[in-house]
Amino acid sequence: MQIDLRTVSIKPQRQTYGHIARRFGDKPASRYQEGTFDLQPTANFHYRPTWDPEREIFDTSRTRLQMKDWYAFKDPRQYYYGAWTLARARQQDTAESNFDFVETRNLGALLADDVRQQALDLLLPLRHAAWGANLNNSAICAYGYGTAITQPCMFHAMDNLAIAQYLTRIGLLLGDTGSLAAAKERWLYAADWQGLRRYVEDSFVVQDWFELFVAQNLVLDGLVYPLFYKTVVEDELSLRGGTAVAMLTQFMTEWYAETTRWVDAQIKTACAESPHNAVMVRDWITAWQSRALEALKPLAQRALGERAGSTLDDLATQFAARVAKCGVPV
Amino acid sequence: MSRVFIALQTNDDTRPIIESILADNPHAVPVESPAMIKIDAEGHLTVKRESISELIGRDFDLQELHTHLISLSGHIDESDDEFTLYWDN
Amino acid sequence: MDMQVPKKKLGLKERYTLMTRDLAWDTTYQPKEKVYPYADYEGIRIHDWDKWEDPFRLTMDAYWKYQAEKERKLYAIIDAYSQSNGHLGVTDARYLNAIKIFLTAVTPLEHMAHRGFAHAGRAFPGAGARVACQMQAIDEMRHAQTQIHSLSNYNKYYNGFHDFTHMYDRVWYLSVPKSFFDDAITAGPFEFMVAVGFSFEYVLTNLLFVPFVSGAAYNGDMGTMTFGFSAQSDEARHMTLGLECIKFILEQDPANLPIVQRWIDKWCWRGVRLLSIVAMMMDYMLPKRVMSWKEAWEIYFEENGGALFKDLARYGIKMPACAEQIRLEKDHLSHQVWATFYNYGGATDFHTWMPTEDEMQWLSQKYPDTFDTYYRPRFEFWREQQEKGNRFYNQTLPMLCQTCQIPMLFTEPGDPTKICYRERTYKGNKYHFCSDHCQHIFDNEPEKYVQAWLPVNQIYQGNCFPEGTDPSAPGFDPLAAVLEYYRLNIGRDNGEFEGSEDHRNFEAWRGMAKRND
Repeated sequence: MQIDLRTVSIKPQRQTYGHIARRFGDKPASRYQEGTFDLQPTANFHYRPTWDPEREIFDTSRTRLQMKDWYAFKDPRQYYYGAWTLARARQQDTAESNFDFVETRNLGALLADDVRQQALDLLLPLRHAAWGANLNNSAICAYGYGTAITQPCMFHAMDNLAIAQYLTRIGLLLGDTGSLAAAKERWLYAADWQGLRRYVEDSFVVQDWFELFVAQNLVLDGLVYPLFYKTVVEDELSLRGGTAVAMLTQFMTEWYAETTRWVDAQIKTACAESPHNAVMVRDWITAWQSRALEALKPLAQRALGERAGSTLDDLATQFAARVAKCGVPV
Repeated sequence: MSRVFIALQTNDDTRPIIESILADNPHAVPVESPAMIKIDAEGHLTVKRESISELIGRDFDLQELHTHLISLSGHIDESDDEFTLYWDN
Repeated sequence: MDMQVPKKKLGLKERYTLMTRDLAWDTTYQPKEKVYPYADYEGIRIHDWDKWEDPFRLTMDAYWKYQAEKERKLYAIIDAYSQSNGHLGVTDARYLNAIKIFLTAVTPLEHMAHRGFAHAGRAFPGAGARVACQMQAIDEMRHAQTQIHSLSNYNKYYNGFHDFTHMYDRVWYLSVPKSFFDDAITAGPFEFMVAVGFSFEYVLTNLLFVPFVSGAAYNGDMGTMTFGFSAQSDEARHMTLGLECIKFILEQDPANLPIVQRWIDKWCWRGVRLLSIVAMMMDYMLPKRVMSWKEAWEIYFEENGGALFKDLARYGIKMPACAEQIRLEKDHLSHQVWATFYNYGGATDFHTWMPTEDEMQWLSQKYPDTFDTYYRPRFEFWREQQEKGNRFYNQTLPMLCQTCQIPMLFTEPGDPTKICYRERTYKGNKYHFCSDHCQHIFDNEPEKYVQAWLPVNQIYQGNCFPEGTDPSAPGFDPLAAVLEYYRLNIGRDNGEFEGSEDHRNFEAWRGMAKRND
């Protein structure tokens, strides 16, 4: 006998899991909520990490930031794995057709030599910077506290790996493996890249994971992306006939716009929690921002010549406005 | 020789994959379970892009296997054209 | 723009190298030891990370493409399954109890694996290994979430699913999976890889995800089948990573062999003990059975694992010493564990029951040498008692093994009539073990295992009551207080299946589906 189960109307006993209901009430919950909140264990750990014997496996003392509820760090994009993957797959489709477009029409070859060379010179070493961001976000996921912030950091780590891979593809499309090797040489030895490389390497040894979040995701990305992908690629190179390059970096531009909202929400949450946090975040920003601006100077100089100074000033002003909007005290 | 295996979900997409694996590896033995098939093979088993492409009438990318794979055993050797499982013993 | 030299198409391997390890560089502004502080302390010697063979070569663009395809399919099925009351299509409501165990005992481990691989994905100095671990870190998050989402609809209608994260940190039997993963994640990154990447993923997860999930399909649970197989499609990559990692470590330096062998011995045994609950799920909790635990064990551990260890013999790796005991236990394991859970069914978030006569016949047939001799008489006695209204519940808390944390329920190898006990005095305290192997694991790292948070000991110390409880108050009921601490709803989540709310509801709802009223 065929049973049609759909015709049965039965009353649920409960709408969602207990820990979700205690936070949001017993009503239908989103997949983001069910997949995120209170997922990380918080009590009765069995052993101390052999790699950090002073602390528990998950321990709030791995940052100096203090929170009453670590799940205050909500992701405005509400990304759980499925939502994140689907969003990135859509962006990847666009990126793929952009790469196809440039490749099939041979637009790379149509670029003026100096435009192509500048694109290679300035973008390819950023492969390594993105790789650094990948490493740092993996660290935040590993040592952070609460799934609400550790989860998106792992997504962010993989996004950064993807960006490093898109840059690699740009190198192979506009140049060849030799271009990638040359860019790595510059990253390692050219004087104008050393400030940035030193910043990235110094960030690798930062122990406080929220400081690392500030140094990497807010400060460094907050200055590098507008400078390179907006000012250099979209404004400067496009004016000189390099629109094709902007097509190839569209993923980065859109990604930066999207992730900025998430990063800002985290900073805002941290600062709104307490004056203690706000001052801490401000001090981290101040320290890392001056280093980042210093590191970007020779690169801006190289890309923009005499307009470098004013561009960096504008960038710093915009960044200050962004940070102020997040509730970071002056 | 030890046996390697590949287990795949059984659905419309995997039918040609299973068919071509069995054709390309005459020594392979299919074992069916609910919703899945496990293909055992003495020593080695190779999945060929070309054979699947022929069966489905379009270019098959071996990485598409990842969508339907349930499990496998053995060392893997992977190229654009072939995906091979093998034991050295 | 005159010369158009056609570009050489890069092969898969070459291209993947440029997309991953070529991104890395040796730091000079910060010393390597500070950038990768956890790389050396375990004593594993790595001379050349460039020798790492990438186990699979998925760049992020391809990863997103295929994973998105899988996610689309999976969530479409979950939605359809929930919207059409798919839960009423499972064979019978007893089945749901296996899925409750899945959510409370397995799903939190997926989250732990996510964090553990993020740690390994940061800690290894080798770029190829890091990328592979990071990819696994997001896959594991996928598994945790697809399980939570698939089972969310069951939670709406049935008891025992509602507080899986809270219970994972507290409920007595869940300290078995929890201590397993806490053990792995508190080890160094290399041991973590041997524990989870190799021993667990390669040797053992097949037993959970392949025959059990196929069994879920057989019992009409399309939701579990879908997330199970979909998760397992990532698992193929993870298994490959585990195997590659072992080979790499062993090829780097002969001095690594004894360390790796010790880890393999330890983690195979830890894993086998952990899987004893899966043995019970397969033999007792699936109303329609695909294969017995013993058969699954023979295919996936003895045959498949055997081939693997034969292959690793070239590096000097031996089959773990515990293999012999495991072979002896396969005829007994599921029965002993089910008997224990039946005993302690008053303190679990799922229901237990005695098998029907048909099921006992199936068990006799699958376990001809043991079931009728050692287990059937006990089970028939319990069934008789239950029919007389004396459903047995053990009220005494059991002694736990200090290492695996399972109650002392296993018998002496070779003598199924005698419980196996081992003990060891360390710094003036006495510790108990279920087996020689668990005792050896303790002996190798006593300072680690003395820290174990043993639920029974914690209950006796008064650490498992809700905040503000006064144990000296008149009429204080310690068991009720412990269950309250667990957030377990007494009389709804626990105890006998027969006549439980789940049982009654399922029958009533299914009855509605068959009628036109």
